Amino acid sequence: MDKSSRRGRSPRLWLAGGWLLLALLAAIFAPLVAPQDPLAQDLMLERLPPFWLDGAEPGYWLGTDSLGRDLLSRLIFGGRIAFIVAFAAAIAACLVGSTLGLFAGYFGGWVDRIISRIVDIWMAFPPVLFAILLVAVLGTGLGSVILAIAIIDWTRFCRVIRAEAMGQSRMDYVENARIAGYGRIGIMLREVLPNVVPSIVALLSLEMGIAVIVEAILSFVNLSISTDDPTWGGIIAEGRLSIHQAWWVLVFPLITLILTVLSFSQFGEALKARFDPVLR
Amino acid sequence: MSACLDIANLSAVLPNGQRVLRSVSLSVQPGEVRALVGESGAGKTMIGKAVLGVLPSSVRIVEGDMLLEGEDLGRLQPKARRTLIGARTALIPQDPLTALNPSRRIGPQMTDRLVRILGWSGEKADTRIRQLLDEVQIRDPERVLKSYPHELSGGMRQRVLIAAAFAAKPRLIVADEPTTALDVTVQKQILRLIAALQREHGTAILFVTHDLGVVAKISQKVSVLYSGKVVEEAETAALFAAPQHPYTRALMAATPRYTDPFASLKPVDEAVLAGLATEIAAADHAWGRPHG
Ligand SMILES: Nc1ncnc2c1ncn2[C@@H]1O[C@H](COP(=O)(O)OP(=O)(O)O)[C@@H](O)[C@H]1O
Ligand SMILES: [Mg+2]
Repeated sequence: MDKSSRRGRSPRLWLAGGWLLLALLAAIFAPLVAPQDPLAQDLMLERLPPFWLDGAEPGYWLGTDSLGRDLLSRLIFGGRIAFIVAFAAAIAACLVGSTLGLFAGYFGGWVDRIISRIVDIWMAFPPVLFAILLVAVLGTGLGSVILAIAIIDWTRFCRVIRAEAMGQSRMDYVENARIAGYGRIGIMLREVLPNVVPSIVALLSLEMGIAVIVEAILSFVNLSISTDDPTWGGIIAEGRLSIHQAWWVLVFPLITLILTVLSFSQFGEALKARFDPVLR
Repeated sequence: MSACLDIANLSAVLPNGQRVLRSVSLSVQPGEVRALVGESGAGKTMIGKAVLGVLPSSVRIVEGDMLLEGEDLGRLQPKARRTLIGARTALIPQDPLTALNPSRRIGPQMTDRLVRILGWSGEKADTRIRQLLDEVQIRDPERVLKSYPHELSGGMRQRVLIAAAFAAKPRLIVADEPTTALDVTVQKQILRLIAALQREHGTAILFVTHDLGVVAKISQKVSVLYSGKVVEEAETAALFAAPQHPYTRALMAATPRYTDPFASLKPVDEAVLAGLATEIAAADHAWGRPHG
């Protein structure tokens, strides 16, 4: 099997991964990359259009908002919070959900019944309402946003990984390992876990995208981080108010958000295909 | 000298009370191949799973004893039983694809058990595995050890599983229709390999099959199973020379021959089936519980 030709036929992995890498690097090195101070207001520069329109100023590539702040710089700095929330919330949800799912699916019986019951009850809440409620209770701030997303979305991992682990536990190689004398936990980690890793990776990436959206929604309703630091949701909320005077303040953060969320889900799917030894 | 495996009056039921095993008794002497033959659904796999301690949770053993080299499996604590079964037995499974973990390379899959369960050194395990791969006539062990299961053909995978089964030096191997999932041409090679390794290592085998042709080739003793009941037991040569039970005779008549391929289409005679039904009803009545 020629892996290089296979790699060449996987453009979505490279497109999605490329965008994520670009956005991540820009966020990490924001103070170096951003052309302007994202918080600097200048009433002389308010509502400048993006660079290809009449009236644009050099150095303000995507234009400015109604307070004269540079949009590109605000998007780059907003990426910092988006990525922190994405990674932290998705990893937390993944650890909790995948572990419980693995136990429920592999052990079955009462372990499965208890865990599945909790998942059912959990999923009875509408997720966005749940998030808003949680943040209202936990208080706003980075930590509580991350916690809220993890608390809500571990069930996604739990359900999928449970189903996969359950399928795995019926496989002959699991039975073989039992005959050989391996313990239950050993079998779960050595025989079952490696086969669900591709799904965990795909879900993790998808979840990062979902976390970005949820963070944006919370910012949009002003329930996220402090109002000073730019966030994508916050910029969208502001852009909505000036849609008729400065459409770019709404459109560019929306494009950024959508590209990032799509890239996370596509990247995850492509990685899954790459990880899967049978598809590889 | 005690038998390698001794099953006495083993009965098992499903949750609805239906019996899947009906007072099964059979033994396998050290170094002997005992064939267990019967139609699909007769309960052959159940017997193998019972011995290896991996019955489905819905199947419950209600009576009988299983002795592995004289040790009563029913009296051991679960952990001790697992250890004993792990050390003394191995399985050659029916489907060589699902019996190997798709996400692990062959090499670690094979050595892992020797190192972790039997406590061998990595080096000793590696040497043993290579020796066994040679015995199952795998000519490029390097490539095979590095491969994932899906990169090998069905025949190669079954060779790997045979090598793995013998590598752990078990006293008893349960071979559950080890050639059924393979191409006809490969079936013969695999059967010959199992026979050769069995002779070489002197391992006792409980050989499950639905094919009397295979029984004749590989076994010294044979038990004929119908609906979870052993209806006839004999030395293989004696069984073929003079089958006693009408069902055995019907099975033989139904076995295809090269000279008469249409013989395989002949169903088991109505009268024979009626006789079997009576026999099983009588056995269940004696056992004191309705079935079905
Ligand atoms: N997991 C299971 N749970 C309950 N019954 C089963 C299960 N697997 C098989 N059976 C039933 O047990 C009987 C014996 O099956 P099996 O041992 O697989 O037959 P064989 O291997 O001889 O073809 C059949 O009637 C089958 O329907
Ligand atoms: Mg079977």
